[in-house]
Amino acid sequence: MSTINRRDLLPNLLANPDDFLIVSGLAGASKDTAGLTDDGANLFTMAGAMGSTTSMGLGVALAAPTKPVLAVAGDGELMMGIGALATVASMMPDNLTIICIDNGMHAETGGQLGHTSRRTNLAVMAEGAGIPSVLEIDAPGQFAEAATFITDAPGPRFLWARVTTEPPTAYKRDFDLAARRQIFRTAFLENNPVD
Amino acid sequence: MQAPDREVWSNLVFDKLVDANVSLFGYVPDFGNTDIIKMADEHNETRTVLLTSEEEGVAVCAGADLVGQRGVVCMQSSGVGNCPNYLSVVKGGRFPMLMIVTMRGDYGEENHWQYPMGQAVTPILEAMGILVIQVDREDELEHATEAAISAAYTGGQGVALVLSQKFLGAKAF
Repeated sequence: MSTINRRDLLPNLLANPDDFLIVSGLAGASKDTAGLTDDGANLFTMAGAMGSTTSMGLGVALAAPTKPVLAVAGDGELMMGIGALATVASMMPDNLTIICIDNGMHAETGGQLGHTSRRTNLAVMAEGAGIPSVLEIDAPGQFAEAATFITDAPGPRFLWARVTTEPPTAYKRDFDLAARRQIFRTAFLENNPVD
Repeated sequence: MQAPDREVWSNLVFDKLVDANVSLFGYVPDFGNTDIIKMADEHNETRTVLLTSEEEGVAVCAGADLVGQRGVVCMQSSGVGNCPNYLSVVKGGRFPMLMIVTMRGDYGEENHWQYPMGQAVTPILEAMGILVIQVDREDELEHATEAAISAAYTGGQGVALVLSQKFLGAKAF
């Protein structure tokens, strides 16, 4: 059984969240990232298009190859777009880290148990897809190892963070995705002008 | 009527995409996009992304847009059926999106299996707010490609350039 409260996860993994471009998937994953960054301009959160987080993170990573990119997804979200792990492995973007915050259930819709509470092993699936660096954690004592993994392991990386069923960060994020696209793009292009 | 030379028309489409600074070519292989993807593999300034399923390409292109780059997704018509939920991002977020759809299941199709999805392509795309620009004749291709590129990357729309079997020729069984 995991002993990680998900609200402690990202603050302990990411000493400076501003160092990353972050894409996060619907529900809890985006509450955690928005809470961490105060809905930062380096964050694009989703509240629909379930399954797309890994692929959107891949797009950012391929198009901004010198920037560290995080794709943060819950287990239900990740499973819905599981094929994208193979797509990531084929492209081998060394700046991309996928973080799965796995509470083993569909918390947003009532806590129905998901595949990772049954028989599915996401570390084996990520390795099988061809992701070169894979780490599974389930205890706070592994936070330091996981933080180093994100910055130092050969990319692309897959961090499988098994967490308890405690709720995500309480944070009301902006759901206006057209506005959030503009904010993300404008901030990125101001900091990284096209020559 | 003889089908147009695929390498010739693919070259026309590819050159216009390169001129428009499209750098990422997401695709699921289809007979119709074979040459475009080969050209994108061989060109210095473009990169192909082999997808496991077409909707991934919608998200990859949206991600590239977030950092100011341009992508396109190439797919057979059956792949359009995999895309609608991810296209929420395009309509809701006003992301530019260009899809190049090579048709099956329309004019002259001999395979029963291809008809249901082929006939649903335009209704599905339109339901998700994607502008459909269809090419039926070789002399329409150049302007249609330019119109699709302008609508997507200048006009900020979701656009599908749909190459029909009247243009491509139908596969014989």
